[in-house]
Amino acid sequence: MKNCEYQQIDPLGTCPEAAEGKWDVFPGKEQIYCDGRIILARQSGVLPLTLGLIVVTSGLFFAFDCPFLVDHLTVFIPVIGGALFVFVVISLLQTSFTDPGILPRATPEEAADIEKQIDTSGSSTYRPPPRTKEILINQQVVKLKYCFTCKMFRPPRTSHCSLCDNCVERFDHHCPWVGNCVGKRNYRFFYSFIISLSFLTSFIFGCVITHLTLRSQAGKSLVQAIQQSLDYSLLTVVELVICFFSIWSILGLSGFHTYLVASNLTTNEDIKGSWSSKRGTEDTGNPYTYNSIITNCCVTLCGPMPPSLIDRRGFLPPDEVTPAASASEIELPPFTAKNDMHMCTQSTKDMLERVVHSYDIHGLCHPGTPKTTPLGQEPPSTEPPSQGFSVHQACQSMASPCPPFSRSSKSASLHSINPAFRLASPSPSLSRTTLILGDASDVGFIPLP
Amino acid sequence: MAETHSLQDMRQQAAIAAKVFIQRDYTNGTVCQFQTKFPSELETRIDKQQFEETVRTLNNLYAEAEKLGSQSYLEGCLACLTAYTIFLCMETHYEKVLKKIAKYIQEQNDKIYAPRGLLLTDPIERGLRVIEITIFEDRSLGR
Repeated sequence: MKNCEYQQIDPLGTCPEAAEGKWDVFPGKEQIYCDGRIILARQSGVLPLTLGLIVVTSGLFFAFDCPFLVDHLTVFIPVIGGALFVFVVISLLQTSFTDPGILPRATPEEAADIEKQIDTSGSSTYRPPPRTKEILINQQVVKLKYCFTCKMFRPPRTSHCSLCDNCVERFDHHCPWVGNCVGKRNYRFFYSFIISLSFLTSFIFGCVITHLTLRSQAGKSLVQAIQQSLDYSLLTVVELVICFFSIWSILGLSGFHTYLVASNLTTNEDIKGSWSSKRGTEDTGNPYTYNSIITNCCVTLCGPMPPSLIDRRGFLPPDEVTPAASASEIELPPFTAKNDMHMCTQSTKDMLERVVHSYDIHGLCHPGTPKTTPLGQEPPSTEPPSQGFSVHQACQSMASPCPPFSRSSKSASLHSINPAFRLASPSPSLSRTTLILGDASDVGFIPLP
Repeated sequence: MAETHSLQDMRQQAAIAAKVFIQRDYTNGTVCQFQTKFPSELETRIDKQQFEETVRTLNNLYAEAEKLGSQSYLEGCLACLTAYTIFLCMETHYEKVLKKIAKYIQEQNDKIYAPRGLLLTDPIERGLRVIEITIFEDRSLGR
């Protein structure tokens, strides 16, 4: 055997020749701004409304109640109000703009490796029923589900958000008020947001009541007191009404989340009753709890801050454009040509990539296009390697008439578009995906698988 | 006769024979731990003890990153009081340990894995899901 001496060059060091940021080709529906520093779900939903309500209500408070109360009570009223307001806004922005714990999708090699390990029916045209894997966590059996979009077995407590089109770790819920998912990395921001908001709304409500009471105590009735200050009447009533309705919902939500934090549960688990004792006869307690309220609280709120896994600010090395990224080509046509060229150089991975492409293409395209169109694209496993690009280009032409993704139809598309990829038994969780965007319901979450 | 190969050359010239993925081990919950089971594909390339030692050290480093001790609680409470703005200027304990892990992996690659035609990929680049080990074709054996 020859004695080889290896001269070490940094194995991970390749100069990024293409200054293409990873955020540009990140699949999934979130928007990434400021070179990857800020991340926001595609539907920023009612975040402007939330911000607007908070700013307007606080503004009215500072403009109309503070002057009176400073004269009659203490100067600390606006100081406390101001501190609470700042805390609320900062927490809200951090919840909205922080990566909730998105898991990057599996590379094609990983996906292939996992496929090998699961059943080997040999048929590549039929998608088997949803796969699960059972593992033991703290001596309790937990089922891990396979995510068909992200091509991996979801870690425990991870769930796929169809609005953001990503698997999110320790998935709590998708909050339209905040315009983002709430997961492992931003739960503490979300919790501090709702707690500080509870304090702020209670504080403002209390101050407004005090204001009106003090005015009416000056010998006049309450109605006369309101009518007396005509400028203030309508606005004060508006303030009062907003606060009154917010208080019930926000306080309720805070109480609920305090319970979740104390028992180390997520909203998702609580709703699905994953660890409820009503299920089955065996011991199905929560395997993640530390059985101590204080420890649970500390772990959830003060634990170490995990890093973002999606490396939004990194650059793509030119030879590592993953095919999963090219699923986003349907939305970003300029990248198609470059990715085609890169696929040329990865001859050994063509087969894998085409399987991934065709799945992603069929999964993402709107079902509004006639069913025959996608069916016309045969599963690429039957095509010779040189045809690899035609699938791509055919879909590219199909991409332009594709209307913007309709969320509710995406689940339908997974079921019906291509019989080759139809779920054998449609997952009940997919059909349960209901959308509450724009809903003025107090609890802003969506039960998701 | 000794031949010198640069790792760069090896990557460009050597074909990737296979990739092995070491999956996560969830028996202790959601903490980041990897399975120490020795994959059969590496049997001809590396010593089992060596491999297990690497994975065990990585597991210990990740456990250190996620440790719930007084330091992490202090960091958490301080962050909460400053409305988490402290994260903008300070590097978290987790990130410091991740840097240590990156250095350890590079060192392992340099000393142990590259001479055997293997390459460890830092799990953070795979979303902390797997440790990816790339097996390069061994052309030096004159096959």
